[in-house]
Amino acid sequence: MKMELIQPFINAADAVLSQGLNSPMEIGNFTMDKEAYRRKGVAAMVELSGDIEGRVIFDVMPKTAAKIASQLAGTELPETDTLVREAVCELANQVIGNAVATLNDQGFHFRVHPPRLHTSEHGPQITADTEALVLCFETASGSVFINIALRYGSSAKVSATGVSA
Amino acid sequence: MEQFSPIKRSKDGQAIRYLIVDDSVFARKNLVRMIESFGGEIAGEAGDGMTAITEYERSKPDIVLMDITMPQMEGIESAEKIVQQNPDARIVMVSSVGYQENIVAALQRGARHFVQKPVKPEVLYEVIKYVLGEDGVVAAAAGAGA
Repeated sequence: MKMELIQPFINAADAVLSQGLNSPMEIGNFTMDKEAYRRKGVAAMVELSGDIEGRVIFDVMPKTAAKIASQLAGTELPETDTLVREAVCELANQVIGNAVATLNDQGFHFRVHPPRLHTSEHGPQITADTEALVLCFETASGSVFINIALRYGSSAKVSATGVSA
Repeated sequence: MEQFSPIKRSKDGQAIRYLIVDDSVFARKNLVRMIESFGGEIAGEAGDGMTAITEYERSKPDIVLMDITMPQMEGIESAEKIVQQNPDARIVMVSSVGYQENIVAALQRGARHFVQKPVKPEVLYEVIKYVLGEDGVVAAAAGAGA
């Protein structure tokens, strides 16, 4: 997976999480994942289709999710509150939306599908052309994981930045 | 949340009425909190573009805050249909998917403005004042010097 597809997600996560949680965050480990995705906690998935295809999963441990949701809502929310899952979905929507806006302005055209909660323990098996990169962001509320499995779609020939797809 | 000087309707001094359209319950709740801090009133809520059209006709709000990426009918199409029936409708798109193509499409199809998510209350406040123009007036906040 090319860095030009990843960097917008790093920038968007930095901007959205720092603003939403009102504190700076640090970029933690990046790891390649060749196995099927395994959910860590509360996870939201956004699918993309078009010049870039695949999916991005936003995943946080339940305790971290509750802390983040409470911070965003301005009130204490228990882990079991449905608003916690809604908050993770909305945060995923904002991070991924901001990233795809950057990619679109770079000349990639694709459709973003509404975020949905990823409730199964496992995701689809990663194929050779959709290897996943797992980004970890350390926030004051805990770790936030973004699992990105994207590839150039069949319609993408040459991007606006001049990179062959 | 920070309190803003209330924005009122200039014709009758009443609170501005808002229709909030977003498929995320959490996003709607956050927008409701912001609107309340602007002294506004919630005329209705909708979770998709189709419901937004019927909610608009039912509640006739002063302003619509409309997400773009939603199930069933997306925000830009919904905004277009509302404006076709109600040319004076004031619709502000509120979305994280703020790329140039999307913003231009929304404005061409009748939206008055675009606000990028995550929404900063002070930005939304200024956009609402701008979109209302002479139809809105900023009242002095009770107990505040603003």
